[in-house]
Order: sequence, then structure tokens, then C-alpha cells
Amino acid sequence: MQTPAPFQYERATSVDGAIAALVAHDGDARIIAGGHSLIPMMKLRLASPEHLIDINDLEHELAYIAERDGEIRIGALTRHVDLLGSDLLARHYPLFADAEEVIADPVVRNRGTIGGSLCQADAAEDLSAVCAAVKARVVIRGRDGERTVSMEDFHVGPYQTAVGDDEILTEVRLPLRSGAGSAHFKTERRAGDWAIAAASAAVWIEGGTIADAGVALSAVGTTTIHLARAEELLRGAAPSDELFAQAAQIASEDCSPSADARGPVDYKRHLASVMTRRALRRASARALAMEA
Amino acid sequence: MAVTEENLPSPRQERPIGFGRLKRKEDARFIRGQGTYLDDIRLPGMLHGALLRSPYAHARIVSIDTSEALALPGVAAVVTAKDLETLGLAWMPTISYDTQAVLAGDKVRFQGQEVAFVIAETEYIARDALGLIDVEYEPLDAVVDARRALHEDAPLIRDDKEGQVDNVASPTWEAGDQEATDRAFAEADVVVSRDMIYPRCHPAPLETCGMIADFNPETGQLDIYNGNQAPNVHRTVYAHVAGLAEHMIRIRCNDIGGGFGNKVPVYPGYVCAIAGSIVAGVPVKWIEDRTENLVSTGFARDYIMRGEMCAKDGRITGLRVDVIADHGAFDSTAQPTKFPAGFFHICCGSYDLQAAHVKVKAVYTNKAPGGVAYRCSFRITEAVYLVERMVNALALEMGADQIDLRMRSFIAPEQFPYETTTGWTFDSGNYAETMKVAMEIAGYDDLLREQADKRERGELMGIGVSFFTEGVGAGPRKHMDILGLSMNDGADLRVHPSGKAMVSISAQTQGQGHETTFAQIVAEELGLPPEDIEVRHGDTDRTPYGLGTYGSRSTPVSGAAVGVVSRKVRDRARLIAATMLETRPEDLAWEKGRWYVRGDPEQGAMIEEIARYAYSGEPMPEGMEGGLDAQVIYDPPNLTYPYGAYIAVVDIDPDTAQVTVRRFIAVDDCGVRINPMIVEGQIHGGLAEGIGIALMEVITFDAEGNCLNSSFMDYLIPTALEVPEFELGETVTPCPHHPLGAKGVGESPNVGSPPAIVNAVIDALHQTHGVTHVDMPCTPARVWAAMQGRPEPPQ
Ligand SMILES: Cc1cc2nc3c(=O)[nH]c(=O)nc-3n(C[C@H](O)[C@H](O)[C@H](O)COP(=O)(O)OP(=O)(O)OC[C@H]3O[C@@H](n4cnc5c(N)ncnc54)[C@H](O)[C@@H]3O)c2cc1C
Repeated sequence: MQTPAPFQYERATSVDGAIAALVAHDGDARIIAGGHSLIPMMKLRLASPEHLIDINDLEHELAYIAERDGEIRIGALTRHVDLLGSDLLARHYPLFADAEEVIADPVVRNRGTIGGSLCQADAAEDLSAVCAAVKARVVIRGRDGERTVSMEDFHVGPYQTAVGDDEILTEVRLPLRSGAGSAHFKTERRAGDWAIAAASAAVWIEGGTIADAGVALSAVGTTTIHLARAEELLRGAAPSDELFAQAAQIASEDCSPSADARGPVDYKRHLASVMTRRALRRASARALAMEA
Repeated sequence: MAVTEENLPSPRQERPIGFGRLKRKEDARFIRGQGTYLDDIRLPGMLHGALLRSPYAHARIVSIDTSEALALPGVAAVVTAKDLETLGLAWMPTISYDTQAVLAGDKVRFQGQEVAFVIAETEYIARDALGLIDVEYEPLDAVVDARRALHEDAPLIRDDKEGQVDNVASPTWEAGDQEATDRAFAEADVVVSRDMIYPRCHPAPLETCGMIADFNPETGQLDIYNGNQAPNVHRTVYAHVAGLAEHMIRIRCNDIGGGFGNKVPVYPGYVCAIAGSIVAGVPVKWIEDRTENLVSTGFARDYIMRGEMCAKDGRITGLRVDVIADHGAFDSTAQPTKFPAGFFHICCGSYDLQAAHVKVKAVYTNKAPGGVAYRCSFRITEAVYLVERMVNALALEMGADQIDLRMRSFIAPEQFPYETTTGWTFDSGNYAETMKVAMEIAGYDDLLREQADKRERGELMGIGVSFFTEGVGAGPRKHMDILGLSMNDGADLRVHPSGKAMVSISAQTQGQGHETTFAQIVAEELGLPPEDIEVRHGDTDRTPYGLGTYGSRSTPVSGAAVGVVSRKVRDRARLIAATMLETRPEDLAWEKGRWYVRGDPEQGAMIEEIARYAYSGEPMPEGMEGGLDAQVIYDPPNLTYPYGAYIAVVDIDPDTAQVTVRRFIAVDDCGVRINPMIVEGQIHGGLAEGIGIALMEVITFDAEGNCLNSSFMDYLIPTALEVPEFELGETVTPCPHHPLGAKGVGESPNVGSPPAIVNAVIDALHQTHGVTHVDMPCTPARVWAAMQGRPEPPQ
């Protein structure tokens, strides 16, 4: 049995209470949501937090997928399994289901949460790329109230986010705009494994041209890669295989993978391009099918 | 050929007796979660152990300070090599006549090596204390590449061994006839050569290794709970290592969550648990975690091979093989004494060769010890991989179809028993017939057409074939032993007065279904219902001596013992029945479950009636004691030689290089099938493992000797999604010398499937990308590199 180092444990009964507990422990406490990232790290003794604040009783405050004010709002404690099964997301942003089908396995998906995934900020994590591609904004709450940040500002560095030591991520907001199509593609060594490379793409097509686009990559850099150059290229252009091939080329150039057990750098660059091309093609096909 | 339900005993059938599809008796407890595994056992007053392991692959130990750990509340003791020295337990013998440090005192020789053992009130405290032990290391240059280990400037790993001046673990071992082989090559029309690696992988049983040792200082009795594959051998080893009297040691295995060869060796943790219990005077439990299992216990394979094969007149004629075997820091490879490279020299395969010559040299490296027979009879997996890859390389070179070349080169049915050029006597076979059944199931010609069509469209599809012959069921005492113990197995059968029976065996199930299969053997021979036969195993106080379960030896050796002991009981029953029926034994005939009078079939005695009689006050036959039981030790006259034809169909994504095994056809000939359902289950499991080995499983190290695959996030084993619906078939060529006509089968699928898959990958890529070899595992990155024209061996 792998055993974590000793720690204290408390269960929050409200978001404000959880924040108060974080403040009280002054940097020594960690939120635990699904626990599928944090507990393995504790058991391997890669992380040894002194206090855990469990937010799993806060489903009434933090677990929902709802449409409001021209946005889809997803509570931070929403589990992977619920993202996978959501009709609302399937209708507007099918890339969530694409990603959720290949994130981990059912056991992990039953417990793991979108908040935990984003806050873990592992570069190989799929939902960060998904959220970046659809230009999500996230809501962070602290003792002084709430703020909203874009995904670009959310990813600060490897395993680092804009969420402070005494703050909680509470919500993810997705803009609702017409003409949207989206897709997520991942290459993995085996079902349930983290990506060798993955790409998320979203396009908003109006009258045959791409009005806006979002493309982001997982596992090919120290953090999620936002492909700004590719987005620029796509914006205002008509969707075509050649265009997507150019965007894919940018993906292979603008990522910065490192060699590891999943593969060498050139293979990962190659995959970044293949995944980007596939994601853009399907995103655009979906947008056009919606339009038709 | 296909699976049929006809021999399933129907619930209404009065006596579902003997061979056939019978649901596993043991599953009632397993599927209810009521098995008893090691961690389910808690003894009163038990303490818990944990091992401190080396972070370095090669380093001198300057000092060990345990004072802070000892001061942690709840810690009972911290044991180091110094303490073990006083008990004479600092070093232990391996199964290959090497010695292995129980706890490192002088040097650590692989990352994860055992350095200190903490005993505490709970497992948590024991593990917390590990961080408080202060070990000062002086790091040394580490060697992880077996070829580099042979260089003159390589650091000496085993400076503990007197006279050891290099890293050679065992000198070059040879089989076959070198001159005759040279001649075959000189006369050949075609010669091919390939360098290939069978990479280091790990059996990774889901239940990790562990032990509870319970030494009673009053009586001197040592009770051990430990799931291992050879409890009787372990008892002898502990008697030897710990200087305890063998009759005062009792080992109980209970249920075992997988072994696959990983639970054959004696590990340092076991000796520590025993030493801990002797010192503490209370039971000590030690169970390793997943990482410890992967980084320190018996790995498999790690063979660096060069093969050359030649053909003349369209047939395979010769084979030359040169191997460097990486044994890690201590030589604890599993094999019979006379065979330092196991049965690797069976690598001449299923072909009627003119000559073959095999050389194997073993070296020490700064890697975990092992070389266990992972679901394989002592290196046969490596041998089959080598020969079946070479046959495909030869077929490529000749432009021949991979099946045609095999068909032309097979040993013919009339040549059996067949003496191979490397000294094996294959007992029986009809290889071409089995190959044909596989081709039929696969629809081989259709597959070739499909492949051609797909190539036109730029799709990559491969068809790979392998045909293997295994030698299993070690083994005849005149040829083989392990640590001086003959590889025989005992069986003890008692039929009670009520007609219920108990058979005690020395084989040790780890999931193979012995409780069902062995009951069926007795049922077949005595005509008792299998549910009335209890199979007793896994307790050295209550079972006969024997060498355990690995190398597919359970049915070939222990199963034969059960068959023979049942017949002995049947023969006794005949004598008793003759007295009961007031006739002569010669006048009696047997039908399942009953002796009857030849001329008067109404007159007879059921086996249950005979049993009741045997224990009653009625007169026994002249000179015969009461009761109905018997005991045997079975010495197999030869190994059994199961074989099979496997065909894999793979698809490769041309962009991502991901390999999907779309179909897998396995036609096995394991002789008579006692329980076809269990046989198929064994084949399913082994094929899944073979797919894992071919596509994803590998243990690698960086240049400093850090193990890079120390959890299931890094050591990938296949899931249901990587495994296709298997298509199985069978042919039945009974083993001529086995009492039941059976041959082992548990390992065949693991042995036979990797080369079929790799051959399929190469078949998919050869025409389009010029790929002639890819080493396992065929991960997307490695296949992609091969497609770019630079295949790389795993490191
Ligand atoms: C075997 C396995 C395979 C996996 N494969 C994949 C994969 O292929 N792709 C993928 O994307 N993911 C994968 N994951 C990760 C999985 O998605 C996790 O569930 C997820 O990363 C973390 O979610 P969680 O709720 O379990 O977070 P936790 O483990 O509970 O927390 C993770 C981190 O986030 C912090 N945190 C959690 N919630 C909040 C919050 N609301 N506000 C502030 N901080 C918070 C915690 O303090 C902690 O630091 C895998 C996990 C496992 C175990």
C-alpha cells in the first residue's frame, strides 16, 4: 500500500467556509475535490499538504451545468461524468464529450472535477485545452469577492494558475455564439493514459467564413499551449483543408514539447499538427452541419 | 473447432462427471469478494514492516543512521545489514546459485535495492519512519546496458564475489552443433540476419508480494503466510537460509492475486519479515506497494539477440543465435540447474532444421534482479520470438508468403517423436493441420486481398503469423532440478467412507483454476462428481512435496500425478470390489464410477459403495489394509510439447502510427483439454498479456540507472479496449506419454502472441515504408520512428 504522510482533514459546508479555512491555514491547506490528482501525488509523497479541505459536500453550490445570460456556466465541482453526459454541452460544444470520452477511465471520471482538472494545471490535461479553445472565462473567489479571468491569464506556468493559495475556483463560463463548431482529438499510448499530444479546436462560422477560432494544445509544452498565430490565420478565412494544414503547420512550430517516455520531440510536433488538423476539420464540419 | 456448448454438463444431468466445461468451483468466493489474500490476514499482536530502498543504482554505503527513525513513536525496530549479519542472514542464495544481499551493507547495486527494514505498530508509522533513516551514499558509475557492462572500463558490480573480475554473470553457454551450422549456412541459397531485443518487462501481478512471518519462540515453530508459486521449495530454502528445522516451518499461501513467475523467487522482504518476527517475537507483516513490485521484484526477458537464419530450396535449413542476457545485479533467473539459459535452445522452433547453434552469455548490470519465467517455460518466450521473427525476416528476403515458408519447413507428423538439433525430443504434432485451421478461421486469402485493397487507398494493415512449439512440464528427474530438488510432484488422494474425496497436490494455483480442473481429473478417473472432490493445496503441512506452479507444469506434472493416484485408487477399488462381489478382480470391468462383473453387468459396485466397504468392518481382500486412498510422486518421462498457430491482424494509423490489433486468431494444440472453458480463459489472459508486451509494456532506465516505469501510469498494461474479441480454435494431438494425454497451455498465448503482432506491424509497414524490424514495445512513437526510417531499440 502506498501511504501518504500525516495530514489534517476537514469538510467544508460552504464555499465561504472553505475560503475561510484556506485563509486560516495561511498557505498550508489544499482544497480536495475529486482527489484523483492530489491523492496519487500524496501517496507517492510528491505532495504533503498539512491540511486538506474537502469540498465534496458543496455540490449544491458548485455542481451544475446551466445556461444563463448568453453563457454556459459550469460549477467547479461538476464531475467529468456529468460533462460527458450533458445535452447542453453536446449541443453547443461537443468537444467536451470528445475529450471526456478519452480522459482517464470511468472510475476517475465519476469523481474527478472540472475545477480540479483546471487547477491541477498539468500541461497534459485535456480540459484546459478545451476551455482555452472555446475561450472560456473562469470565476475565482477569495475572501474579498470574485474575479473573472480568461484562460490565457489563468495558466500562469507549469502546475500554476491564477488561483491564489486562499482562493477557490468556482465556475467556468463558456460564451454562447452562433455558428460554433468544436472538436477535441487526442493520441494516447493506451486507453486511459494521458495524451502524447492533444488538440482542441473551435470555430465560429458566419456566412461561409470563420468569424473567430480557438485552438489549444495539451501535452506539448510546459503548460497548455494557446495557438494565437493559428487563430489569427483562421480568422476571416474560408474553411478548407489547405487552411487547416497551414494551421496544423503552425501547431507543430509553436508547441514546445520535451522528449519523454511518450515519445521524442519531433514525433510530438508531428502529432500536434495531425491532431490540430483533425480537430479543425471536424470542428468546421460540425459548424457547417449546424448552419445547414 | 469453434467453442461449442455440447459438452457443458447440464444441471439436470445426474452426475456431471469428468472432463468438460464446468464452471470454476473457486469463482463462488472470488466473484463475491470473499477470497483470502495476504492483506486479509491479521494476526493478534502483529507488527508491520516497511523497506527502505536505495535511490541510487550503484553507490557505496558510507553510513546508516537509524536513531531518528527508532525515536519515532510506534517504531519497534530498525534492521540493517549489520543486524542481519549477526543472524547470518545478510545474504541469501538465489535460485540460480548466486547470492543476493537481503539488506545492502557494502554497496547498493540497483535502484530500489533493500537497505533497511523498519518494524512498527502500523504500516503508516513504518513508512513514515523510512524518511527518518539517514543513509550516506557515495554514488558510483552505473551500468544499465548489458553490452556496456562487458566493456573493460565498466565498473565492477559484484565486487562482493571472490574472483569476480568482470560483469559476466555466467559464462557463454552453447547448444547445437556449430560446425554443422556453418555448413548449413555455407550451402544455403538465402541468409538473413537481425538484431533484436526482447525488452525487459514485468509480470506485474495485481496482488503485490508480501509475507506474514509468525515465529513462536516457545516452540520454535515458524508459520508463514505468503502467496508464492512453489511453497514446498520456499520451505526448503527458508530452512537452509534461516537455519531452521524444515519440519518446524509451515507455509500457507491462501488465495493468490496473480503470480506469472513473479512469485517464484524468495525476496529480501520475506527474509526480513522472518528475521523481524524472530527478533520481535511477534508476527510481522510486510507487503510491498506497486512501485516496489515494479522496481525491485523479478522482471522478465531482457535478452539482446542476434539471429541468422538460412534457407535452401525454399525450406528453412539453419539457425544461428547469439544472445547477451541481462540478469541485473544478482543472478536470480529461474531455470533448472543444468540450463543456465533456461530452455532458450528450443529456438529452432517447429521446423525440421539441418542444424542450429545457440550461444548465450549472461551479464550483471545495475538493474533489479530477476529473469523470471513470466508466463513462460524458462526463456521459451524469448526463443519463440527470435525464431518467429527470423522466419518472417527470411520470408521477406525470399519474397515468400509467411505461411508457405512455414508449411514447407515444418517437422512432418510422421517424424515424431522428433529429435531437434539442439537436443529436444518433441513428443507429437501435426503442425500443418493446426496452421490450416488458423488460416481457415482467419480467412487468410481474403485478408491478403483486403490488405492489397487497403494499400491502394493508403491504409496500413498488417497480417502477422507465428507458430510456436513449447516444451513445458519440467521435468524428468534425470535431466532437471532446481537447487538440487527434482522437478517432480506428489499427489495424495483419499476417498472417505461417504464417497467424498480429497486430493492434495503440490501445484499452487494463482488463478489457474486447479480446484476445478484437478477435481475433474479425479472425477474422470473415479466417476465421482467433481463437487464431491476437494482439492487441497497451498499449505505445506497438508500437501505432498512438489515443485509448484510455473512453466506450465501444473497439468503436465501435478495433473499427471493426480491422474496416476486416481488410477491407483481405482485399482485398489477393483480388488475390494472383487471381494465385495465374491469374484476375481480379472473378471471385473470398469465403467465411469463403477466396477461390474464382465459377464453380468447388473452385478457391480459403485465407487461410493466400495469406499464405504473399505472403511467398514467387512473383510478386506487378502493382505490389504482398510481404507481407500493412495499416494504418488510423479516423475515425467519427458516434457510435453504444446504448439499453436497464431495470426494477428493489425491496423496502423498512417499519421499517428498507433497500432490497433483488430483480430487475433489463436489455434492451440495442448492435447486433451480437461476443462475447455478454463483452457480458453487461460488463452484469453495470455493473449492480453502478449498484446501488452508487444505494444506497451517495458521497463526502462535512464543512464544513471533510475527506473522509469515505477507505477501503472508509466508501466502500461492493456485494457479491454486494446484487446480484440479473440477467435480461438483447437486441434487435439494427445501427448503420448502423459497419463491424460494433456499438455500445458497456460503460457502458450503469452509465448506465441508477441511475434505474431510484431510480424503484423512489419507486414503493414514493409512495402510502404521499407521497415524490416521494430523492437517491442510497438508504441506509437517507436512505430513512427520506424516509419521515418530510424527504428530505435528500447533503452
Ligand atoms: C489514472 C488517471 C488518468 C488520468 N488521465 C487523464 C487524462 O487522460 N486527461 C486528463 O485531463 N486528466 C486525466 N486525469 C486527471 C483527472 O482528470 C483528475 O480528476 C483531474 O485532473 C483532477 O480533478 P480532481 O477533482 O480529482 O482534483 P483533485 O485531485 O481533488 O485536485 C487537484 C488540484 O486542484 C486543486 N483544486 C481542486 N478543486 C479546486 C477548486 N475548486 N479551487 C481551487 N483548487 C482546486 C486541489 O487543491 C489540487 O491541487 C487522470 C487521472 C488519473 C488518476
